[in-house]
Amino acid sequence: MARNKERGTPEVSSGSMADIAFLLLIFFLVTTTIANDKGILMQLPPPPEDDQPEIEFQERNIFKILANSNDQLLVENEPYNKPMSELKEEVKAFVLNFGNPDQEGIDTYNSLPSQMKVKAKQSPESSDHPKKAVVSFKANRGTSYELYIDVLDAVHAAYNEIYGERVGITSKEFLELDQSKDVEKRMYQQARAGIPKAISIAEPDK
Amino acid sequence: MSKFKKKSSASQDIPTAALPDIIFMLLFFFMVTTVMREQEILVKQLLPKADQLSKIQKKSLVSHIYIGEPKNIGTYGEEPRIQTNDVFMEPDELTLFVNQEKDKLTEAERDRITMALNIDSEVKMGIVSDVEQTLRKSNARKILYKSVRGVDK
Repeated sequence: MARNKERGTPEVSSGSMADIAFLLLIFFLVTTTIANDKGILMQLPPPPEDDQPEIEFQERNIFKILANSNDQLLVENEPYNKPMSELKEEVKAFVLNFGNPDQEGIDTYNSLPSQMKVKAKQSPESSDHPKKAVVSFKANRGTSYELYIDVLDAVHAAYNEIYGERVGITSKEFLELDQSKDVEKRMYQQARAGIPKAISIAEPDK
Repeated sequence: MSKFKKKSSASQDIPTAALPDIIFMLLFFFMVTTVMREQEILVKQLLPKADQLSKIQKKSLVSHIYIGEPKNIGTYGEEPRIQTNDVFMEPDELTLFVNQEKDKLTEAERDRITMALNIDSEVKMGIVSDVEQTLRKSNARKILYKSVRGVDK
């Protein structure tokens, strides 16, 4: 009895602490859903106005992609069965064609690194210069969303690779540029100068 | 033989005193990262795979719209439906939803609202385009097609 009194503060057994913590840990492990707020960012055009004048584009400045309800693609008026990486290269070649550049286009061309200048085919049937180039994508109401995203992804990849290559980084690094940092923002602006990301999503056919 | 003898003579106990601390650390990590779902998603959600993903800079500016085939086919049918918060909506009712979401933000942030479209990959483009047209009209023109990083195609 005397021994009990001597022990002033009885110790709390902490042996089961680990078990309790484990239990809680497992509960949170199971309930956790790591939020993935990632996706393809797009800007929709403003709503159509009635008195809007029709803007005319020359045929050569538009890269047409059509998709029907059977998920078949028509690219530049020809059926398309090649993989999406191929489509990406074609979009890249189209944007960087420099067929008939104006002064601004020549300036853009001169700002490109030499390995990209080689890619300019200057074909008269393709885009005049990047500022005029428009990639138009029209889906059908029956087209699957999966294909739509695939095509959109390929077109975005083409542009992002162009931007990345201009400043010497990969397309992935370009996407991760943080606009709140001065250096990275300048890099972003430098990459995008003169080459707007002109992707036109047409309203689908019925 | 001497090798084996040596082994057996060494202490075999792993000190477990630090175990609770390690577990607690993990526990706190998961406690902090856990986001309890505040709403039940009533539609199928198998997001498409893509490669060119951007991250959302500011999460408070994002509102979610879910589109897909209802999980409970018996009650809601097989046609893809649009879900916002806890209810199903028709495409033209989305304007109301957009305005409600905009009201939650400050004046300066209203134009920067981003609509995250969580669309099941089996959905057809018809309903997607209806939603897009409504979003255009209700002036919420920044959209994010939610997708997961896919394997290289």
